[in-house]
Amino acid sequence: MELRKNYFADQRKDDLHEIGQPRPRSDSPGHVTGKTAYFADRNFPGMLHLKMVRSPYHHARIRSIDTSEAEKHPGVVKILTAKDVPHNVYTILILIQIGPEDETVLADGKVRWKGEAVVAVLAETERAAQEAAAKVKVDYEVLPAVFDMQEALKPGAPIVNEYHGQNYYLYDSGECRKVRFGDVEAGFTSADHILEQSYQSSPIEHAPTETTGCVVVPEGNDRFTCYTNTQAMFFTLDNTSIILQMPGNKLHFVGGTVGGGFGGKVDVIVEPIAILGAKLTGRPVCFIYSREEEMQISSPRAAEKVVIKDGVMNDGRIVARKVTGYTDAGAYSRHSPYGAQKGAGHYPGPYTIPNVWIDTYCVYTNRTPSSAMRGFGVTIGDFALEVQMDKLARLIGMDPLEFRFINAYRDGDMKAHRQPTEGAALIECMQEASRAANWPVAEKYLAMSSYAKGA
Amino acid sequence: MAIRRGRGVAAINYPTGMNLGGDPTQALVHSTPTGNFMVTLSSVDLGQGMKQIMAQICAETIGVPTDRVVVDTADTDTGPHCMGTFASRGTHRAGNAVIQAAKEARQVMLEVAAEELEVNASDLETDGQGNILVKGAPRKSISIFDVALSAHFKRGRSISGRGMFLIPRSYPEKETGAMKPSTCYAHACTVAEVEVDDETGEVTVLTVKNIFEIGRALNPKMVEQQLVGGSWMGISHALYETTEPYYPNRDHGGTDFNQYLMPGPGDLAETEIIVLERPSADGPYGAKGPGEMCANPQIPAVANAVFDAVGVRVDTLPITPERILRALKAQTGAPN
Repeated sequence: MELRKNYFADQRKDDLHEIGQPRPRSDSPGHVTGKTAYFADRNFPGMLHLKMVRSPYHHARIRSIDTSEAEKHPGVVKILTAKDVPHNVYTILILIQIGPEDETVLADGKVRWKGEAVVAVLAETERAAQEAAAKVKVDYEVLPAVFDMQEALKPGAPIVNEYHGQNYYLYDSGECRKVRFGDVEAGFTSADHILEQSYQSSPIEHAPTETTGCVVVPEGNDRFTCYTNTQAMFFTLDNTSIILQMPGNKLHFVGGTVGGGFGGKVDVIVEPIAILGAKLTGRPVCFIYSREEEMQISSPRAAEKVVIKDGVMNDGRIVARKVTGYTDAGAYSRHSPYGAQKGAGHYPGPYTIPNVWIDTYCVYTNRTPSSAMRGFGVTIGDFALEVQMDKLARLIGMDPLEFRFINAYRDGDMKAHRQPTEGAALIECMQEASRAANWPVAEKYLAMSSYAKGA
Repeated sequence: MAIRRGRGVAAINYPTGMNLGGDPTQALVHSTPTGNFMVTLSSVDLGQGMKQIMAQICAETIGVPTDRVVVDTADTDTGPHCMGTFASRGTHRAGNAVIQAAKEARQVMLEVAAEELEVNASDLETDGQGNILVKGAPRKSISIFDVALSAHFKRGRSISGRGMFLIPRSYPEKETGAMKPSTCYAHACTVAEVEVDDETGEVTVLTVKNIFEIGRALNPKMVEQQLVGGSWMGISHALYETTEPYYPNRDHGGTDFNQYLMPGPGDLAETEIIVLERPSADGPYGAKGPGEMCANPQIPAVANAVFDAVGVRVDTLPITPERILRALKAQTGAPN
């Protein structure tokens, strides 16, 4: 890595003692010698193991649940179903008033995705819990499922999630989050060329080294200590408090170094049910995702579809950009309404475009619920935007890097969501890329600056 | 049939924080009797090194070496509230809270030192090595060790401080979408070079040159670890990863690291990282949040390089050999 101090030298005083110094990490020796304690390194006498019975269907009604055989399995201590969860229907962003509550801790009458938790089994060993889970009999009536966002949005599509009533998240702005800036149709009319293209992505896995999980200990003072690898301590504690209808002062959450998060450990899935198990049995409980659960059950990055329509001039100026973004939330909201909205605030990318129209939809399907991941609401949008930029440059016969200089935002430029640009540095990054990659651009682009014109 | 070479570029920006939900983080700082400093937080270290960075920020602000600072975090019984470690917010939000707490603690420390030295607190400065000096008369000094002892056992002062950083929630305007979705923005430009085998569809990423503008590299070695890892993740996202390769058929979803495709060491490109620093107006010592941003620009840069190499667009991620071959066949009119 190289630090290029020649850029923005006038905005920086390099007079600090500790900041800017490559101090060795104090936790590194522990990591590389295996001495760092992770939550799962704790083992308590009498600790129970929790395993989930999961839906084999994408969408089904639950006719009945029979746990009698499972209860007789050696080592089984407790079996939990929906009726055991004090506030079973929840949604995590209710803490910032983004409702409605739309998800069950344990399925109640219906499952909406393949893999949904239905019954929790607590046993003396992991193996006993797994074997007993296989003996739980659930009678399902399979329902038609919706797999595709465009199908989900059609009138008459089966309703994925009755708590929403329609297959999209209803924002205060309607069926999507909207950004309107300038007159996009007038922009298209004045453009030399129009290019409309569609981009898609598949869900991907966070793939942390350490899978999601927690270990819960009931303390002598009626409190519960939850050792967890959540990325957000109080967010998880406060949601647990709601789900279990338990005052927050009964809960003590202890985190530490987490073995990788990437956004995959903010969904509050394992802690509430494990604490409930500890409460109802009076014993420590551990609930740790297997690698298979981490990869196929925990929320992935959403599948997205992005449609971009641009109006561009022969001289390289983009005069209008319309973006329609679709985020596949799967069966439940989790963080997806936020991610779709974050996308609306991110388009049209780091370019100054006078006419912009943005609609971002959060769509429900019978797919594994997606949620936050590194680059939430932005990564797939950037893929779409930057491939579109490449196509536009080639359409008008311009060098793709020079084309970006022409449209790059600078300090003071008004963004589509009506914030003036501050602290821009796109131009300088591209200038350095031109040099480092030996990608020549015209001298006038190397003379540009992100500072406001005339500043 | 041939191995074809191409290169592609992408330029991006990335928002710091989650303004659309309201974004608070708090911190406490106090000294031990012998002049070490404790930072108490509830922020989570995901392995990226949050504790180390908070120690350096506290040390810089108080004016002591970093090894005099211990960070106690992620315990809800002791640590004040943090929204969480996500949205590229950890360093920015918690760092600002730590600066505020450390400034308050530093002020008490200087007041106690002033009493011991019989001067005004405003005439004192720290040397960054654990001593407090009178400006212009550096021989008149006292160690922070002695100041802390005095505060605890003689003067009855608590060398401590409270810090809080709150970005109030921004509510998007319904019709226009006017909003303030984040604070500062990090930037990047990536150039990727690839080879594509037009017989097998196989893509080899040869080089990735990343230029990242991150506000301020608070610890350059840790910046490097995060940016290199992010760059690798971007390649993986572009070419390999999916939990549902043949959705809605779920049969081929990976269930372990043997089945879930990711690049191995031999598949990773020669990676170059260049960092620019334009300090942000609102970040701790000018820092921005580059943690998420650094995994994004490689994806479109690789996609554009594949087009440059073989002249077909794959607009669906991941860009697998199968998709490239189908696009090549479609281009020549061959049946897929």
